[in-house]
Amino acid sequence: MDVTIKIRRYDPEAEQPGSYWEEFAVSVPDNATVLDALIKIREEMDGTLTLRCSCRSAICGSCAMRINGHAGLACKTALALVVDENNAITVEPAGVMRVIKDLAVDFELFWDKIRAVEPYLQPAGAEPEGEYIASNESMLHLSGVTACIMCGACVSDCTVLEVDPTFLGPAALAKAYRFTADPRDGNREGVSRERLRNLSEATGMWDCTRCNECVQACPKGVAPMDRIMALREQAVEAGFTNNNGARHTNAFTESVGHSGRLDELRLPIKSVGGVTNIGAMLSYAPVGWRALTHGKMPPIRHKNVENVENVRRLFRKLDPELAGPQIGRNSPFG
Amino acid sequence: MLEHDVLVIGAGLAGMRAAIAASANGANTAIISKVHPVRSHSNAAQGGINAALLDRGDDWEDHAYDTIKGSDFLGDQDAIEIMCRSAGSALIDMEHMGVTFNRDDEGKLGTRAFGGQRRARTFFVGDFTGQALLHVMFEQLIKSQVRSYEEWFVTSLIIEDGQVGGVMALEIRTGQLHAIRAKTIIFCTGGCGRIFEPSTNALIVTGDGMALAYNAGAGLMDMEMVQYHPTTLAGSGVLLSEAARGEGAYLRDKNGNRFMEKYAPNMMELASRDVVSRAEQTEINAGNGVNGCVFLDCTHLGEALIMEKLSQIREIGIDLAGVDMIKEPVPIRPGMHYIMGGIKTDIDGQTSIPGVYAAGECANVSVHGGNRLGANSLLDTIVFGERSGNHAAEACRSLPFVDFNEDEVVAREERRISEMLERPDNGDRWGAIRQAMGESMVRNVAVFRDEQSISEAVRDFSALRDRYATVPVENKNRIFNTDLIFALELGYMLDVADTIAYSALERRESRGANARTDFPERDDENWLKHIVARKGEVGPELSYLPVTITKWQPEERKY
Repeated sequence: MDVTIKIRRYDPEAEQPGSYWEEFAVSVPDNATVLDALIKIREEMDGTLTLRCSCRSAICGSCAMRINGHAGLACKTALALVVDENNAITVEPAGVMRVIKDLAVDFELFWDKIRAVEPYLQPAGAEPEGEYIASNESMLHLSGVTACIMCGACVSDCTVLEVDPTFLGPAALAKAYRFTADPRDGNREGVSRERLRNLSEATGMWDCTRCNECVQACPKGVAPMDRIMALREQAVEAGFTNNNGARHTNAFTESVGHSGRLDELRLPIKSVGGVTNIGAMLSYAPVGWRALTHGKMPPIRHKNVENVENVRRLFRKLDPELAGPQIGRNSPFG
Repeated sequence: MLEHDVLVIGAGLAGMRAAIAASANGANTAIISKVHPVRSHSNAAQGGINAALLDRGDDWEDHAYDTIKGSDFLGDQDAIEIMCRSAGSALIDMEHMGVTFNRDDEGKLGTRAFGGQRRARTFFVGDFTGQALLHVMFEQLIKSQVRSYEEWFVTSLIIEDGQVGGVMALEIRTGQLHAIRAKTIIFCTGGCGRIFEPSTNALIVTGDGMALAYNAGAGLMDMEMVQYHPTTLAGSGVLLSEAARGEGAYLRDKNGNRFMEKYAPNMMELASRDVVSRAEQTEINAGNGVNGCVFLDCTHLGEALIMEKLSQIREIGIDLAGVDMIKEPVPIRPGMHYIMGGIKTDIDGQTSIPGVYAAGECANVSVHGGNRLGANSLLDTIVFGERSGNHAAEACRSLPFVDFNEDEVVAREERRISEMLERPDNGDRWGAIRQAMGESMVRNVAVFRDEQSISEAVRDFSALRDRYATVPVENKNRIFNTDLIFALELGYMLDVADTIAYSALERRESRGANARTDFPERDDENWLKHIVARKGEVGPELSYLPVTITKWQPEERKY
């Protein structure tokens, strides 16, 4: 198979460093991966091409990069499946992280966030003499998360990190969930209260916008966003509701569950804890003014949808124990 | 100057275990690795880790016997006793650290069967046990706050008046050279699989530590003992875990026959790896394969079991060969996987050089002898990583730092590197030389070998060494210059390749992985001994060491 690999390159030692595209025409076996082609270029055509790679079998996590604009592992991506009608692909360094050279990016931001979640088991009390007794299901569930190889594909394509580098991000939050969901971590009931408290803070679990990019990018099926949603449930269940994220979710659910639609005027107010939060109210003022002057202000009086009782019945069915629509195990998180 | 009591080179399982142990014992410890720790090749261990747990009715002596028999009686039994005795506590330690081992119905650690062992004592996390262990060990490394030099490449040892005083290292992201002074050095640099092409090993597995120790005067022992794994994927040569056979998969020839009944009627597919690989190669040579492969058949295991316990290797089959093992047999063949040989150490990881230790695949404490049992390698790294770390921390209390002039050693190394960078661009690239080396090794020092084939490899390596002397480095820059690193690694590999070929030529018998068609029998009278390769004037110089036998006398090996 003859393919054209367009690589976004960067040489920090060039007289005027800047990124540029370079095309390589290579001939590879039909079942070759993107990595096979890159290695061939590096070994036979251009020894200056720089990338990290090692295992060739999607376990070391070295070769995450953007292929045709989306993050993935070069070693796990069959060329034949991604080339366009001209047998060409584009290859760029992973996003969010700073480029060191060509396809090698600086992982410092990535590891800082991992370290920030205290990524090691913290059990209460003394260790048992033998192993901890735990169900196979609980371990299989965790193994679905520990299958993370820290390749950074999710971080690369995280739309929140792209604009807010303080966000803990999908990899670190999934890593945190690996502990909060571990029956061995936390108190004797296996609840990791301190972790959940910290992760409920700003830059934590509530900053995810549910764009699903990390789920798409993850080459190991870890589905970081789903773990973040599970973290939210754990945090709320553990009582950590005194934060904008939990309040936002609560208000969202309450509004839809009660009226069948979103009360866009009150949602932001309830999210920050009500009108008594003067600082937050003031920060809304410019947005409010622009909405008002552009005719975008939501109605003051919030109306129910027609047949609202059907919606309410749905909510009651989802969680019959709840008197009113509040957050519960199956609540539709916002 | 950067200065540490204990400097661990390599941050796989053995290295991180050693560093954590040394640090816990109060030594100022650092770990240095050419890749980030979680990129290390311990990741690739799939099937599990062996331990004989008393409360499962198992006995460490049974584990020891299976290991000794697996080693074809070349393993040192004192070291094997230590490993098998320590296995239970090493395993439970890892569980306490947070490894998500699969469980049995009672919530206790579950086991699977593995090759060459008479009972199921392999503990596992799906089919990515190595990755699970490696990441948990990295968590513990973070907790320990050991100084970690990540993506630093060791270019040479600093030797002053015959004493090892530290290392020279290239900080990859800046291209700057640093001298690091250390009282003790622990090599945990892994194997040397990239000397072979193909190999299951990752691209970083280039024998760096073995070569550095060898060039400093340490002995490399049992280097002829190279494990060819029975189930590597057609084409890419990537590993498909023994766990598949542990869970009940069959090996079949092109007519669907389970040929192992001819070679190991009792253990069948779960005979030791050298036995199974020879059986496969014999069948392939006899024309009973297809395109140089036989088949790993998992189709009768069912989708549920495969998805729970073998999901990662299923993905590999789909991604790299387009074969879904749930639906059809996977074409496989024996492929280079592991080296039993390595830097000779005692049971505390000490090499023959004062202050220098080794553990894990780069070392040879001699627990694997002529053939390693599956799932004993992870155990080896943890048990002997810890012992080395403990001993080095203890030893450095009475050891002084070796005195050397930092500017001088840095300048000397700088000249060597500059000379490489400034070479004209008209010689063979490192890639071509490495390819030729790898292909010669797999052709000539293969599952079956003889004097003629091995001699050919020796000649090939000699010629390649000449070409290497002028190998150009195309990338002249300093920042993240992988081109330079690959060229340096190739030098390491050529050194180690010689020791493998010379040792294989020397052992004129068939034992373990060294199957000589010109000497087809095991010969305990003459060859129940280790071969040690030391650097000589023109090539490796060989000598012998006795095998330590405690209570298990050599016997005929049948599975």
